[in-house]
Amino acid sequence: MDVEITLRVDGTEHRLTVDTRTTLLDALRDRLGNTSPKKGCDHGQCGACTLLIDGRRALGCLALAVAHQGADIVTAAGLADGDGGGLHPLQRSFIAHDAFQCGYCTPGQIVSACGMLAEAEAGWPSAVSKDPGATDVVLDDEEIAERMSGNLCRCAAYANIVPAIAEVAHR
Amino acid sequence: MKPFRYERADDVSSAVTALAEEPEAAFLAGGTNLVDLMRLEVATPEVLIDVRRLISDRIEELPDGGLRIGAAVPNSDLAADDRVRRRYPMLSQALLSGASGQLRNVATTGGNLLQRTRCPYFQNVTTPCNKRAPGSGCSALEGHQRDMAILGSSPACVATHPSDMAVALAALDAAVTVRGTDGERRIPVTALHRLPGDTPERDTVLARGELITGVELPPPAHLIPSRYRKVRDRASFAFALVSVAAALDVADGTVREVRIALGGVAHKPWRATTAESALHGAPATGESFRDAAAAELARATPLPGNAFKVPLARNTMVSVLLELLEEGR
Repeated sequence: MDVEITLRVDGTEHRLTVDTRTTLLDALRDRLGNTSPKKGCDHGQCGACTLLIDGRRALGCLALAVAHQGADIVTAAGLADGDGGGLHPLQRSFIAHDAFQCGYCTPGQIVSACGMLAEAEAGWPSAVSKDPGATDVVLDDEEIAERMSGNLCRCAAYANIVPAIAEVAHR
Repeated sequence: MKPFRYERADDVSSAVTALAEEPEAAFLAGGTNLVDLMRLEVATPEVLIDVRRLISDRIEELPDGGLRIGAAVPNSDLAADDRVRRRYPMLSQALLSGASGQLRNVATTGGNLLQRTRCPYFQNVTTPCNKRAPGSGCSALEGHQRDMAILGSSPACVATHPSDMAVALAALDAAVTVRGTDGERRIPVTALHRLPGDTPERDTVLARGELITGVELPPPAHLIPSRYRKVRDRASFAFALVSVAAALDVADGTVREVRIALGGVAHKPWRATTAESALHGAPATGESFRDAAAAELARATPLPGNAFKVPLARNTMVSVLLELLEEGR
């Protein structure tokens, strides 16, 4: 069944007709040509398709496009400044720390890290928070690893991903 | 994925009516489990009725000092809520130990309770499974058993309920409010999920068309200190082999109040009533804790592939109670 929806993707409004079965991930990649979010497992287990949906990190592969009428979506491509040269601090830090090998999980890692830093800024606890009542989150390596556990890296670049995120977190 | 129609109702009562009129309809909230099951063709609804914007996503104080959690409150918001963190630490910890940051941002309170088992045979349409295809048999009896139940299972089904949140809610004596075509009713969380018996296709006591609208937590007196401990095959983003939600109130070396619920061991969140009865009024000692945990697990019926869960559940219960005893000093 086809349904007409509008989506705001990386600042640009799009109107498109989708089958109700279409996920946000497939709408972005196949209909709007935005291949920045990746299809890894397509079951919500790997994090390669992580998007910011209305400001929160979420998985494009489990989100039906039809249920996201009017949503504001940010992909890793949209995190960079529109003027060409300005990479997001997390993108620069991933390059500086060599925080990837094949790079397939990287856009999802970066969008997820972006959402995760905002969650920590808002004082959200994690499963490893020593004082679950504390409103000031100190993002040590254990906290970063726990909060990023929804993003898998089959090249196991974790040893560089954690410092890449830590550098931005501690700025 | 099979084709389906997508509908949005104007309010809860029309959503409930719409679902009751469509034999192959399902409610959609966060969709983190349902969309995956549809892709696997384990779930094949012909109509999805989106209720996410219809049900409350707010956490409100109740006059008795408890909290009412709207069924659309995302797991992450519930875990981060200051009142939940201070008054019901085990609930916040249980939520944070489940899924990933991305999933918790989308998964709702009502949906978390109604998520389906992650039994690999339930999720694989090419294998027999009595829960998915009643009468087809249980593949786990001769197959992968590590994640299966040790308490309350039946020859028809040995699947476990996957929720962490529900285990904490069971320990806290929370109740769900449910709307159906006949109005609203209230069900204790401990009575919401079913044991499999010979009808494992039914996870809960909800009638067709009933919608969970909220969860009510009683006042937190006697529920602090509390904690949730989850034991699993990897440190994060994995389901529980065994989990324990517990609260312990000790006065003059005697157990005044204790709550224990287990996850990963049964078809439902398992409230450890045998252990609780053994502990009420007993000396708050490691010996009492060990005896109570052993009494709870005396009825365990493990399979060859998950017998390790019996000592694991016993030891985790004792360990959590000892920590709570220390914390309460």
